[in-house]
Amino acid sequence: MIPFLAQAQDPMTRAELIADDPLWLILLKAVVILLLGPILTIFLIVWERKAVGRMQNRPGPNRVGPGGYLQSLADALKLPFKEQVIPETADRKVYFLAPVIAAVPALIGLAAIPFGPEVTIFGERTALQLIELPVSVLLVLAGASIGVYGIVLAGWSSGSPYPLLGGLRSAAQVISYEIAMGLAIVSVVLYAQSLATSAIVDAQQSGWYFYLLFPSFLIYLISMVGETNRAPFDLPEAESELVGGFHTEYSSMKFAMFFLAEYVNMVIVSAFATTLFLGGYLFPFVGADSPLNQGWLPVLWFFAKMFVLLFGFIWLRGTLPRFRYDQFMKLGWKVLVPAALVWVVMIAAIRAIRNDGNVSTGQILVIGGIVIVVIVLLSLLLPEKKVPDEDSVPVTGGGYPVPPLNLKVPETTPRRKALQAKAKAARKQEPAALASTKEGSNHGDV
Amino acid sequence: MVLAQESAATGIGIYLPLVLLFALALAFAVFSVLLGPLVGPQRYNKAKQAAYECGIEPSPQPLVGAGRMPVAYYVTAMLFILFDIEMVFLFPYAVSADALGLWGVGAVTLFIATFFIADFYVWRRGGLDWN
Repeated sequence: MIPFLAQAQDPMTRAELIADDPLWLILLKAVVILLLGPILTIFLIVWERKAVGRMQNRPGPNRVGPGGYLQSLADALKLPFKEQVIPETADRKVYFLAPVIAAVPALIGLAAIPFGPEVTIFGERTALQLIELPVSVLLVLAGASIGVYGIVLAGWSSGSPYPLLGGLRSAAQVISYEIAMGLAIVSVVLYAQSLATSAIVDAQQSGWYFYLLFPSFLIYLISMVGETNRAPFDLPEAESELVGGFHTEYSSMKFAMFFLAEYVNMVIVSAFATTLFLGGYLFPFVGADSPLNQGWLPVLWFFAKMFVLLFGFIWLRGTLPRFRYDQFMKLGWKVLVPAALVWVVMIAAIRAIRNDGNVSTGQILVIGGIVIVVIVLLSLLLPEKKVPDEDSVPVTGGGYPVPPLNLKVPETTPRRKALQAKAKAARKQEPAALASTKEGSNHGDV
Repeated sequence: MVLAQESAATGIGIYLPLVLLFALALAFAVFSVLLGPLVGPQRYNKAKQAAYECGIEPSPQPLVGAGRMPVAYYVTAMLFILFDIEMVFLFPYAVSADALGLWGVGAVTLFIATFFIADFYVWRRGGLDWN
């Protein structure tokens, strides 16, 4: 009864609650957050393999453990006992450092994510979050971009062409999509008026941002797949083009670190999306004072939302083919970034007009709708750009696109030249050879 | 008491858990990387140590690290710096957008429009095309 009264008398802010943690509690939280990454990775891999297997009409792993669910645990235990092969051309210091640089930011990325509201752990009041900063959002973004150093250094230090290409692609890809991601987050910050993750969750009590800021949510979803190098944007490790991409030359535990970093990054961006757009740990349609949003239950809501997003990753991988690199960069720079910028300006203007002037949201929406309709109509009036289609196949064969049958083989390939020279030489020798055989046969006759 | 609490919640001390987690994560990663050579087998083989190129003779590489890279990546990196700086300025604006009001919207629109000029210049010059 007494702690109950004390709780009621002493309302503390989230930051104060977390700052008051004793050292053992900080350590406990840190260890839990550190282990959450590898544990979720092990689960995610087997879940992905089983789900993709079902999507392709095959059972997936089903031998190790109950239902095959211990498969990736067995794989993880196996990896340290594999030989590590280091190419002669590698820059050994950077080669060893790169997996560490990739894994560490991934492992600390979950620190700023609020998993739940105020709870009591062994009699100590605290909030389910390792650190509460006024700039937590920037911390998560910074962690996401430092991870790419590991990838690009891995590609560079291997001293081999495929990893270099994979590392470069990855770097270009992550930095391109990070801008779109950051701009999507700007609009969330604009609505929440704070860069603290817990404040953003609190601000969503009146409505989750995924429908209030739907374009931002879409841009974030696309860029989070690009940022984590996952299918259909898995160009850095496109196995049909680059063998394994940046980790071609890596083996044993160093390879495991890259794998871990990739999957933990998926968890981080999904957890971040949950926090920013899906109301974090809040249960829908009830207030923060409802018993559904108190104690340990919200952790369940948080993970449920996160797993929906993680399943989205798996679903994408099972559904879509890989993008071509130029298409991918085009989508990032020519569609997502300009769209995100225009959207940020638009909502900033709408908010300011609504707050400053005596204009209602309805009026803004009507005027905005009219403007959009006019723009769409004007774009319809523009003449369509004719694209000269040089490579097009002429339609022959009764309306079916049959490739032309009179294709000319170029005469210039080295092999063809060599063959022609050989044939020429053979023709030169032929008359002489024929004559000699004739003579021989004549002699025989005589 | 109130003062002490406030300093606890706003001072540099709030970063302590992050430092702790960083140390733990670093220890985990370094331990994992060093574990491989300790417990794994080591069988030397000349062909195994060569750079992997699908079985063909590896193409000659510089003595340390990798060689040249396509120039398009540099353009992307420059553009990234441009837009990242834009984002750095947009975050503080977004936090205080309500306080700045319409004046702020005008200022930030001008700011973004300036970046759009740079973006369209690169776009028209073909800096965003990958062929």
